[in-house]
Amino acid sequence: MSDSSKPVDSSRRTAIGLTCAAGAVGGAAVAIPFVSSFAPSERAKAAGAPVEVDISTMQPGDLKRVEWRGKPVWVVRRTEEMLGTLEKTAPKVADPDSLRTAFPTPDYARNPHRSIKPEYLVVVGICLHLGCSPIEKFEAGGDPSLPDDWVGGFLCPCHGSTFDFAGRVYKNKPAPDNLEVPPHMYLSESKILVGDDSKA
Amino acid sequence: MAQEKQVETTGLLGWIDQRFPLTANWKAHLSEYYAPKNFNFWYFFGSLAMLMLVLQIVTGIFLTMHYKPDAALAFASVEYIMRDVPWGWLIRYMHSTGASAFFFVVYLHMFRGLIYGSYRKPRELVWIFGCLIFLALMAEAFMGYLLPWGQMSYWGAQVIVNLFAAIPFIGPELSLWIRGDYVVSDATLTRFFAFHVIAVPLVLLGLVAAHILALHEVGSGNPDGIEIKEKKDANGIPLDGIPFHPYYTVHDILGVSVFLMAFSAILFFAPEFGGYFLEYNNFVPADPLVTPSHIAPVWYFTPYYSILRAVTDDFLLYWMIPFLVLFALLALVSARNNITRLITVGACGALILGFLVVDAKFWGVVAMGAAVMILFALPWIDNSPVRSIRYRPGWHWYVYGLFVVVFIVLGFFGTKAPSPANALFSQIGTLLYFAFFMLMPWWSKMGKFKPVPDRVTFAAH
Repeated sequence: MSDSSKPVDSSRRTAIGLTCAAGAVGGAAVAIPFVSSFAPSERAKAAGAPVEVDISTMQPGDLKRVEWRGKPVWVVRRTEEMLGTLEKTAPKVADPDSLRTAFPTPDYARNPHRSIKPEYLVVVGICLHLGCSPIEKFEAGGDPSLPDDWVGGFLCPCHGSTFDFAGRVYKNKPAPDNLEVPPHMYLSESKILVGDDSKA
Repeated sequence: MAQEKQVETTGLLGWIDQRFPLTANWKAHLSEYYAPKNFNFWYFFGSLAMLMLVLQIVTGIFLTMHYKPDAALAFASVEYIMRDVPWGWLIRYMHSTGASAFFFVVYLHMFRGLIYGSYRKPRELVWIFGCLIFLALMAEAFMGYLLPWGQMSYWGAQVIVNLFAAIPFIGPELSLWIRGDYVVSDATLTRFFAFHVIAVPLVLLGLVAAHILALHEVGSGNPDGIEIKEKKDANGIPLDGIPFHPYYTVHDILGVSVFLMAFSAILFFAPEFGGYFLEYNNFVPADPLVTPSHIAPVWYFTPYYSILRAVTDDFLLYWMIPFLVLFALLALVSARNNITRLITVGACGALILGFLVVDAKFWGVVAMGAAVMILFALPWIDNSPVRSIRYRPGWHWYVYGLFVVVFIVLGFFGTKAPSPANALFSQIGTLLYFAFFMLMPWWSKMGKFKPVPDRVTFAAH
């Protein structure tokens, strides 16, 4: 709001503009360390080591929880009946053949039972909707949160996503993906290594 | 030497006034701020919100003296406050019950704005600052709830942070960045602590100052929705205005007294309010491997949580797409100009395309965000020729009544476990919630409006 009649000194205006621009660049650069400090620390990154699971004591129908990268990983020893339900649930689940790529299923688990050995299911027990851990609902029917023709599987308590005994999500539920199958391999008949599937 | 500032005051006050605008501000904001004399019950909640802000800050400061923001120590330190710190239980309950009281007061304060058109020109910025305060308050409450490190703290934070992972492309990286770890952990706790105790409160205080400055610039509204500044006496003082101090300061002390009676009753006899203010599961230490069998946010978030849960593929396909098609047709027929038509129809088309391409999970998150963000639009979507509900057609009361019922029903179902009935009611509620706002440009100008008086309606007590 200058009331002087002097003409504007354009070189000074340019200098002011450049100074402001340089200041803004500097200010933005200072933000980098602060923004970066939010990322996972080196210690958090290093905590992702594979874990061994001993399955020798598991009975048919048992579920074992282990922690891998801070997440629950389930090992389920499925009974014949449990495996039998998978054929019935295939038309009702959203992605029966594990074809979606958001959380790719390893090749060795891209089969109807979604595991290396049909008997043992290994999945990350985190619903891919918003990260709650589903709970076991192995009994058929008889629960107000579940449909009447429920054949057994898992229910996420947070938003009601349901999964069958292969961790496949039912159609028209909040979760878009099947439960994630972590990279894993058998070290022996009674030991599974979760977090690593490179045949060393 | 610069000329000395001329002030009317003398002595110490005069000395200060020559150096700091103390008397000037006292007059501008209190003793010579003229507020309409016809404030009713609904106008208590602004000052009560201020009281709650002060109470939360004071109790919060004292809690930080004993609390330990460490995943291994946090839960025990809260129990230590509750059991071993002298009067610690009272300070903690004041803070946790106070959070619920704060939201209760703020919701009523916002409802006042809704029915009396407090957001209408020239008070749009007062409303926008208010909406920003509401957003900051939600962030503050959410991050504060993680700090006791109970099961609900943990899994609630897990769910909300994962909301961001639903954003296409950048989502997973973004939620990782917010957590600072692959799951909610100590890194998340410490940063939420920093935000809860200093960053967000600073923002809140700034926004509250802006809210009040904007209000005092344009003047307070009133239940009649008329401008008292249009009728002034010879001294330029509004005929229907009374000085905020002492009239409304004393008046508000009455409101504070009654409010504190109710607040103390809850504080002393039902501080957890049957699991609604502090959920039972939060008295179990956080366990990253097991989600509690029933998880729900605290009551003040449940309406929005219901909206999040309501959005499934079927809801988008059979409810939202037909609604948006009808909405676009309505805009085509009655929009004021072609640009509005083009934008509305384009936006509806883009949304419908998006519903078909992107997962329903993402749209649930969008709906939840939009349910809050749509409040910002109120000053521009309300086309009523009068501000106050008093002079609107009688049936407008039913529209607002329905909206309140919808909000409460959504809130109720948000506290319940998922079930088919729950999903249906949440979906009806979600549709009505958005219809209330999206159709407001039309319904707000329909019906027969009553004549607005020249002067405020007021009878001396």
